[in-house]
Amino acid sequence: MPNPQSPVASDQSRLVAASLRRVPLCGYRKPAPGIHPPHLHPDYLASLKRAPAQPLVPIPQTLSEITGPCFQPHHLRIGADLTGQGKGAPLGQKMLLTGRVLDEDGKPVRHTLVEIWQANAAGRYRHLVDQHAAPIDPNFVGKGQLLTDDEGRYQFKTIKPGAYPWRNHPNAWRPPHIHFSLFGPAFSTRLVTQMYFPGDPLLPFDPIFNGIRDEAARQRLIAQFDWQTTVPEEALGFRFDIVLRGRLETPMENRP
Amino acid sequence: MRKAPAAAELLGIAASQTVGPFFQIGFEDLYQTDLTVPGLAGTVITISGKILDADQLPVPDALVEIWQANSFGKYAHPDDYQDKPLDPEFTGFGRCPTNAEGAFQFRTVKPGAVASSSGAPQAPHINVSIFMRGLLDRLVTRIYFSDDERNSADEVLNLVDPARRSTLLARPDALYPGTYRWDAILQGAQETVFFDF
Ligand SMILES: [Fe+2]
Repeated sequence: MPNPQSPVASDQSRLVAASLRRVPLCGYRKPAPGIHPPHLHPDYLASLKRAPAQPLVPIPQTLSEITGPCFQPHHLRIGADLTGQGKGAPLGQKMLLTGRVLDEDGKPVRHTLVEIWQANAAGRYRHLVDQHAAPIDPNFVGKGQLLTDDEGRYQFKTIKPGAYPWRNHPNAWRPPHIHFSLFGPAFSTRLVTQMYFPGDPLLPFDPIFNGIRDEAARQRLIAQFDWQTTVPEEALGFRFDIVLRGRLETPMENRP
Repeated sequence: MRKAPAAAELLGIAASQTVGPFFQIGFEDLYQTDLTVPGLAGTVITISGKILDADQLPVPDALVEIWQANSFGKYAHPDDYQDKPLDPEFTGFGRCPTNAEGAFQFRTVKPGAVASSSGAPQAPHINVSIFMRGLLDRLVTRIYFSDDERNSADEVLNLVDPARRSTLLARPDALYPGTYRWDAILQGAQETVFFDF
């Protein structure tokens, strides 16, 4: 069985397979319109000077786009328990964040790198640029890494981040969120996103969340409270599944 | 095993959101600005540049990620079917935040030519993702090399308006041999070409 985590080891078998079948590779499905936010989103002021004015140029997916970085356990530098990175327990509501990384066909995305970062319970990041007058928690760094398992599953232990103010518009507050970074199997599947919390009153007012035009796509970025992973006396369980672009069933055509 | 669902039953994908201003916390442990490894085949080069906004001001809080083939034109990935050698330990992945001057730099090997979908060789290129506060989705582009004669036959470059192709070319730095300069201009005159695929 080819191991997606070790390209070197699996290369020979893939080479043989490719030369035997001579089947062109399939690319990844293009996202439906309205799911990914536009680069220019005037409600988000920082987009005004940074979004391209020219339309994107469509290109075909070549080997460059259907391959992508592969990470192995020895590449990881930090763990998945964000409550154990200081000398003591961080302040805040402890939570277990569990989910699966899947493709559009529901197949698990195995052994893929997931990175997260977040504010502490008071809504403060451990970062020089963060000037929010909320306290730093000496016991909370706010970052985690892992590779999904054979079923595409992941689990982080952390605390619920606080809301924090920003300067986009008067009295602007970001809803509590956790930043997520995923690679998936290819350069085409690279994704950076944010996870939000159910029932949050700030969500309707957040220009970043509402940059997603598709209502269902917005809802998909909201985690669900989950009794099954809630640990008695210890931590609330939240579930957050992440779906990445899936593979086309027909080989790539040599046109955009 | 459950059968794969029909197209109409596909799961909805997760939408992109900005990396925001604090991505350093989550990404710094995997910053990788020197992709070279001992015994790596090929010509070592440095790619140095800046990210500039609509006012040509440097973007000090962007993240640049690169993905490239080795000097033989082979990606370290199981789906690369080409019969070419791999370099053990060379991942082809780089990640660099911009500094206060909007600058980033990678030390790597010049990639070889990778097959296009038609089988013809593509000109050597490096695939680039750019993330930053203010962008709700990444920007994707490619860096080609201005001194490579294979550019003229490249199928992707030839899809780009000839007047804008030069925005994808890294140029040799006259003062520093082995260094190429490539800036990404996000908006306005000389705006860099960004791709969709
Ligand atoms: Fe944030």
